[in-house]
Order: sequence, then C-alpha cells, then structure tokens
Amino acid sequence: MTSKKYILGVFEDEDVLLNAIEKTRAAGTKIYDVFSPYPIHGIDDVMGIERSRLPIVAFFCGLCGTSFALWMQIYMLGFDWPMIIGGKPHIAIPSFIPVTFELTVLFAAFGMVITFFIISGLRPTLKVPVMDVRSTDDKYVMAIELKEGTDINKLNDLLRSNGAIEVNEKEVVK
Amino acid sequence: MQHVSPIREPLVTGGKTYADITEDVCRQVEAKPNMRWMMALGVSLIFLAIFFYSVYRTLWFGIGEWGLNKTVGWAWDITNFVWWVGIGHAGTLISAILLLFRQKWRTSINRAAEAMTIFAVICAAMFPVLHMGRPWLAYWVLPLPNTFGSLWVNFNSPLLWDVFAISTYFSVSLVFWYIGLIPDFATIRDRATGPIARRAYALLSMNWTGSAKHWSRYETVSLILAGLATPLVLSVHTIVSMDFATSVIPGWHTTIFPPYFVAGAIFSGFAMVLTLMIVTRKVFKLEDYITLEHVESMNKVITLTGSIVGVAYITEFFIAWYSGVEYEQYAFINRATGPYWWAYWSMMTCNVITPQLFWFRSIRRSLTATFIISIFVNIGMWFERFVIIVTSLHRDYLPSSWVMFSPTSIDVGIYVGTMGLFMTLFLLFAKFFPVVNMAEVKSILKSSSGVSHTHNPDASMHGTAPKNSHKHD
Repeated sequence: MTSKKYILGVFEDEDVLLNAIEKTRAAGTKIYDVFSPYPIHGIDDVMGIERSRLPIVAFFCGLCGTSFALWMQIYMLGFDWPMIIGGKPHIAIPSFIPVTFELTVLFAAFGMVITFFIISGLRPTLKVPVMDVRSTDDKYVMAIELKEGTDINKLNDLLRSNGAIEVNEKEVVK
Repeated sequence: MQHVSPIREPLVTGGKTYADITEDVCRQVEAKPNMRWMMALGVSLIFLAIFFYSVYRTLWFGIGEWGLNKTVGWAWDITNFVWWVGIGHAGTLISAILLLFRQKWRTSINRAAEAMTIFAVICAAMFPVLHMGRPWLAYWVLPLPNTFGSLWVNFNSPLLWDVFAISTYFSVSLVFWYIGLIPDFATIRDRATGPIARRAYALLSMNWTGSAKHWSRYETVSLILAGLATPLVLSVHTIVSMDFATSVIPGWHTTIFPPYFVAGAIFSGFAMVLTLMIVTRKVFKLEDYITLEHVESMNKVITLTGSIVGVAYITEFFIAWYSGVEYEQYAFINRATGPYWWAYWSMMTCNVITPQLFWFRSIRRSLTATFIISIFVNIGMWFERFVIIVTSLHRDYLPSSWVMFSPTSIDVGIYVGTMGLFMTLFLLFAKFFPVVNMAEVKSILKSSSGVSHTHNPDASMHGTAPKNSHKHD
C-alpha cells in the first residue's frame, strides 16, 4: 500500500487550461495528468503526448485477419475437402474476397480495441481512482504529483495565477 | 473566444453550459421511469409476446406455419431481414461516415442512431435464423468440421458471405457504440447516489477517468473504427444484395443491386432515425440538442438517397427493356401491372414521390411533415423489398408453377413482433443509457452553441484569441 499525494488545479475553461499547461511546463513542473469531460483539441501538443501507435496495431491485426481468412478458405475448399461448385475452380479467389474483407475488418477492429483497453488500463472495476468527480462533468483538472520537498505554496501560486479556480490536495492509495 | 459561424445555425440551442448538458442527459437515467415510458414499454412488451408466440409456433410446427410455398420460398422473412438490416445502416452512417467527414451535427444523434443499428440488426438476424427451420443447428453456418468428416461450408455462396458480413457488422458496431458510451458511463458513475447504480456504471465505465492520454488514444480509436466501419456498412448491404444478384431469377440478376441497396438502406435508416428522434426529443425534452437543424440535415440526406433510389427503379426498368431479355422484360411489366401492382405503386409513391417534398424548406423544417414522411419512407422501403422478392418469385420461367403468396397470421406476428423487440430494446436503452453523447456534445459546444462560455477575459476579446484556438476544427 503506497499512497501518493497530488495537487489538483481545477479549471473552468479549456483555453485557460491549455494556457496553464504551457505555463506550468515552462516553469519546469512535471504534470502528472489532466482530466477533462471531453477530448480537448490541441492538448496533445501542449502536454507533449506522442501520437498514438494504435493505427499500426490496427494495420497488423488487419493483416493477420486477411492472411487467416485466405488461408482458411484455400485450405478448406482447396485442399481439405475440394468441392466443385457451379463449375468454379476449387480455389476461386474472387468469391473468397467478401469473407476475407470481413475478417480483415473484424481482426483489425478487435485487435485495436483490445490493445487500447490493455495499454490504457481500462477494465471493469468497482474502485475507480477519480481525482475529482467534477472532471467528468464540467471542470478540467490538472494533477501534479507532490514529491518530497515540493513547495506547495509555489505550486498553488503558479496554478492560481494561470487561472485555476481551486487548488486542492488529494491523496491516492494504491 | 467564439467560433460561431455567421452562416450556420447553432447545433445546441438554449444557452447550455457543460453542466446543463450533463444534467439534461442524466436526468432521464437517474429519475424514476415516468408514466409515458411505462406505457410505451407495456405496449412494446405486448408486441414482444406476439413475437414469442409466433416463434414458438414456427419452431413447434415448422416453417409450414408461414405462407411460403414451393414457388415463393422466400417472402416476408427475407423482406423483413433486408428491411431491418437496411434500417440499421443509418446508425453506422451517422457515426462513422459523418465522423470522417467532420460533420458536427452528428454528435447529438449518433448515440441513439447506433443503438438503433444494434437493435435493428438483432431483429434482422431473427429471420434467417428462424427460416432455417431448425435454429438450434444454426452453428452449421460456421466453418466447423462437421460429423461427416471435414466437409466445410461453401465459401462461394453469398448466403455464407452474409453470415460473415452481418456478424462482423454487428460486433464492430457494438464495440464502436460501447467505446462511445464509456466516457458517459463515467459521468453517470460519478453522479450516481445509489449503491447499485454506482456499481453498475462503475463496471460499465471500465475505469475511465478522462485522462488526457486516454482521450488522445480514444480519439484515434474512434477515428480508425469509423474508417473500418465505413466500408463495412457498404459491404454488408452489397453482400445482402448479392444474395439476389448472383441468382438467375429475372428481376434479381442485376448488377445495379449493390449501390441501389446501399442507397435504399441509408434512405430507410435515416427515416427510422427521424421517426425515433422526433419522439425521443419530445419525450425526453431534448429539443435543445436535437434541433430543427438536425432534422433538416437528415431530411437532406433522405432527399438525396431517395432520389438515388428513384433513379435506380427507373434504371432497372430501362435495363430490362434495353437488355432484350424477354423474361426480364416480363418480370418488370408484371411488377407494375400484374397482380402485385398495388405493392409496386405503393413503393413508387412512398419512395420516389414523398421524399421529393423535402425540396420545400417549410416541409423540411416541419416536424409533423417530417414524421409523416419518415413513416411513409419506412413503409415504402418495406414494399420495395417485398416487390423485389415476391413479384420476382411468384412468376418465374415455368408458368405451371405460378402462384400467389399470402402471409399467414404467424408471418404477420413475427414481423410486428420484431417491432416489439426493437421498441423494447430501444426503450430500455433510452432509460438506462445516456441517449445523447454528452462528451461529444460538450466538445462541440463552444464552437456551435451560440453562447460564449468563456471565463477568460483575454480570450473573449477580438483578435486576441489564445494560441490554441485554431485547433477547434
């Protein structure tokens, strides 16, 4: 059981928040995370969040789907139990395309979504570590981890002077 | 800072704040069900009971309970299947294609439209499964090695493509819908007061906190899912149309079917979205979120797709004549003047003429007119499928086998029963899930609500917008 302390700056406007993130980072303070009720456009740049590599995951999962579907159909109808259907060749690639396409999409979508859940730590749970419940309603919350020797007053001033309407402390037990 | 366009009307009216959006949408979920909802659910459950009774008769006594005969071996079942699948398409269209096109007006309606997709596909799936006669053997359509050894399913058959297409479409739509719901479940979880509600929504919201990094990935995932769902929508109805088009029946063996079916699907889907939305916004007091602007936009889509469908009808007729194939020519003359002329002309009236009324702005913006026309379109699209299926089958190459088809009470029971199933699911969704996508509406609020929500004195002044203001696309 370790507990961590956070300083939470509560904001009321996204543009003020974006400005405050820039100022805070410029002042050399590391931001733990920012919580908002909806995706704020432009926050990736100011927070320094790198572009997600999930599209690459989706691509390779899709590729697996394509290969699996083609292998399955060619093996089943071409080798394991060849059937003559309407005089078509056993391995009739054109009529394998629809199923191949569907499995490509299926694998890509599920592969990407499952990866997204795993890397983001999203799983069904009863105890949710919400910093401030208003961040899912109408407030934006910037959390800064409080380490040994951090000057609380200085952080408070920094957040307040950049437009935070409240500054709170929160202890999270992990 | 204001980004309100001088030429576009606001998408959210009533001077809402972020907290108002949460309040307005969560009110339905948190409040006790009202009388109107209970009554609607009661009626839906009666229809659901009819569904279960008809299904019981079908399973116990067999497909002979339906009005099918040797000539018309597919009738209401496949008509209803194609009709329901088509209705489902608007949901994915609104959520995926309009997302890719950056159409902001989709945000208020996409949640309910996607729910509609899921429920419509469930209803659709009932028909082919029941038509199997022995639905407990439905797993035979999957590529599993069967009892005779490794005799596999036939991958050359469009009916098997359907199995893959519909199940992929259903599961991807379900995931897309659920991903969209997660942030809103988190909002409800954080507001919940009762222990059961808090636990239920905590489980559903999957540990969501609204972290900036999660939002960043979330947006990537939504965009890619939209990109995957878009060709999926087109493929599903294309494959459904190939069930017909790869046959040799006059009136079915047509290359125009794939685009024509897709346009028809979007046409009927938008009509169903309108039918439901006009009622939902009234009952749940969501007039500020689902505005006349939304209704008008959807009516424009209906006019476009309705015109495409109209052109397709005329093209089919022209090609039948131009091909010089006498069977094809007979099939079409029989459709328009034969014993099922009334179905053909109902289809023409409902699908070709009524949507053209939307060229008038006053009709496009009238809720009553829109509601009536949307019902007409739904009826018309049902007749379209009926005409294609039954009139093509009832008189084919062999005059000695010409017959008429008439539905039995079980046919009717299953059809109206699926409506009960659909409405029951939709009502439960509307009560326990947020009907409007709160997170997405909040993200467009600033740029298209007509009210300034800023608290930053610097930012509201002209010419001094902060650096990041251009990021709102």
